[in-house]
Amino acid sequence: MKRIITLTVQDRSGVLNRVTGLLQRRQFNISSISVGPTESEGISKMTLVVEVEDEQRLEQVTKQLNKQIDVLKVSDITDKAIVARELALIKVSSGSQLRSEINGLIDPFRAIIVDVCKESITVQVTGKPEKIDALIELLKPFGIKEIARTGLTAFLRGHQPQVNDLAAYSLTK
Amino acid sequence: MKAEAKLEFQTSTAPKTGADLLIDLLIKEGVDTLFGYPGGAVLPIYDAIYRAQKSIKHVLFRHEQGMIHAAEGYARITGKPGVVIATSGPGATNLVTGITDAMMDSLPLVIFTGQVARTVIGTDAFQEADVMAITTPITKHNYQVQSVTDLPRIVKEAFHIASTGRPGPVLVDVPKDISSEILTVIPGNAAMDLPGYQPTIKPNPLQIRKLAEALPKAKKPVILSGAGVLHAKASAELTAFAEKHKIPVVTTLLGLGTFPADSPLSLGMGGMHGTYAANMALYESDLLINFGARFDDRLTGNLKHFAPFAKVAHIDIDPAEIGKNVPTQIPIVADAKVALTQLIEEAANSPSHEDWLETLNQNKKDFPLWYQHDPNGMSPQWLIEAVHKVTNGNAIVATDVGQHQMWAAQFYNFNHPHRWITSGGLGTMGFGFPAAIGAQMAEPDSTVVAIVGDAGFQMTLQELSVIYERNLPVKIIIVNNGALGMVRQWQELQYDNRISESLLHTQPDFVKLAESYGIRGAKIDNQEDLVASLPELMAYDGPVLIDARVLQKEKVFPMVAPGKGLHEMIGVKPE
Repeated sequence: MKRIITLTVQDRSGVLNRVTGLLQRRQFNISSISVGPTESEGISKMTLVVEVEDEQRLEQVTKQLNKQIDVLKVSDITDKAIVARELALIKVSSGSQLRSEINGLIDPFRAIIVDVCKESITVQVTGKPEKIDALIELLKPFGIKEIARTGLTAFLRGHQPQVNDLAAYSLTK
Repeated sequence: MKAEAKLEFQTSTAPKTGADLLIDLLIKEGVDTLFGYPGGAVLPIYDAIYRAQKSIKHVLFRHEQGMIHAAEGYARITGKPGVVIATSGPGATNLVTGITDAMMDSLPLVIFTGQVARTVIGTDAFQEADVMAITTPITKHNYQVQSVTDLPRIVKEAFHIASTGRPGPVLVDVPKDISSEILTVIPGNAAMDLPGYQPTIKPNPLQIRKLAEALPKAKKPVILSGAGVLHAKASAELTAFAEKHKIPVVTTLLGLGTFPADSPLSLGMGGMHGTYAANMALYESDLLINFGARFDDRLTGNLKHFAPFAKVAHIDIDPAEIGKNVPTQIPIVADAKVALTQLIEEAANSPSHEDWLETLNQNKKDFPLWYQHDPNGMSPQWLIEAVHKVTNGNAIVATDVGQHQMWAAQFYNFNHPHRWITSGGLGTMGFGFPAAIGAQMAEPDSTVVAIVGDAGFQMTLQELSVIYERNLPVKIIIVNNGALGMVRQWQELQYDNRISESLLHTQPDFVKLAESYGIRGAKIDNQEDLVASLPELMAYDGPVLIDARVLQKEKVFPMVAPGKGLHEMIGVKPE
């Protein structure tokens, strides 16, 4: 199962190496990882998407991450009410005659064109990974030249619904 | 003119450097011994050591691996961090085995490595190695000092992290320009800044109650005692708890001595070469209480068959160990001593389990540890028993890894904690002899015996120089079977007797070798001579090396073969 785990870490040299090294050593598969500064100076946030087999392995990965000295907080937010976004840049082969068609196609995705040249255009899209996957599928027939994705970043929504009004509170427990 | 010259003389005493500050900080931390080896990138540190030689002792080893194992032995006996200094590049990489060993067996070490100057880090400079990346997975934490003003905080944090919670090695990489920097202002005391590090010491009282309530319901309770009990210095509490409720105790390899082996409640060591009684108790138990053991695979055997009927309670200071290998119904994150103290208070009612105790006692009687006696030669197990007898069971015993290690674990009945030093998790050959040196440095007046194999000893024997130089009266007993005995045993049992590269056809004359280092040596190849000479050799006021020639074909039994459960032991009785 895919889990979204956020880490609050001290922004010190080697901390990213410690986190990724630990996941590799303990045989956890990282689907994506994104890192950036937070509102507090010296504190960074990492968002990991990891593939784990079961609840026991999930518990193990969060405990091992928690043990790292520079890791301040580990949260598995998969089952919470969250805002999760990824940004992708997609370079599509496109002569001038196809541009309007592509434009119409990306519009419902609220994607925009950020670069245009003779042979190609670059589309920028943000959203959940599934939405980005869907757009990529639709653009494939035009010929995709290059894709760059940031990896998921996420945090909790401002309001967390009570457990009893969240139908899918937990799929795993 | 004269007055001026005098003035010049006074100011020519070396000014304070980053290295002087470092040594001052070590003295402030209460460090009495440095295990070290100099080199280019630590020259400034060695200059500071020269200046501070009246306040701190430095012991020069002959190889970085030897010195870090010695620091481990010192840490195992004292509970204090062993402090290691090595130079950059090869000095640091030679430490890797010891750092990993300390990480696996939770030994507190603070390691200082030299590094090339900050201006050339990353340029493949002479003797540069990426020590931070190399040691990240094998340290509890590591630092590279980026400014001399950080040094007081980093040193304080390093000692704190190494010695608290689940202990472990912490490495501090010190670039040469930092250690040689001339200080105009001496940085004062610094506070630690470790918001992400707060080990849980006190148990959750609800969990303690849960365990106390499970106790009287159990029909087949058993305690598993591991090295966490040593780190917490909780042997007395463990013994009190076990005796109060008459709960039998199995120890892990590293937990030997946490519970007196002579107690009627002791079942001995569990695991691959544990006793039949211990393994059957773990297998049949309905309440397994684990204090500070990590359910290592050598202890559990095949996990599918491990304690299949038991409710498992696991007390560990490291939450990540709980539930890692064995599903746990009563998890308790705590220091073993604090947990045991509360448990003794909380648990009023004992289980009634006379039948269980009777069964276990019968197992002990029917399936004791055994070996073949040979009147013409010397059984290695008999040798261990003889050493036990001569030392009254009070020696500090350090071993290497392999057959002799298992025999020492089986036959040197440990009745006291902190007398047993062995490489458990990593299984490091070459560990035993230098670890014994570190133990002897920690306790100069205790009898320290290094029980080693003929192969492992040859991996770190260069440290004979150290025991001669310092007149450390370590008694080295080479259990010499001319083979990598454990490898040979597995080849016999698992690989259809294809003995591949596990026999040592050529060996040095160990007695002459010892003598060439200025150390007394003796070769003994039969029981009679051993009985006659061992008391005198062990009482000798100085180091001694005994080349004990033992039966070659002897194997370690009983045994849980790889992939088998604890209830499927072989070799439980003589054929």
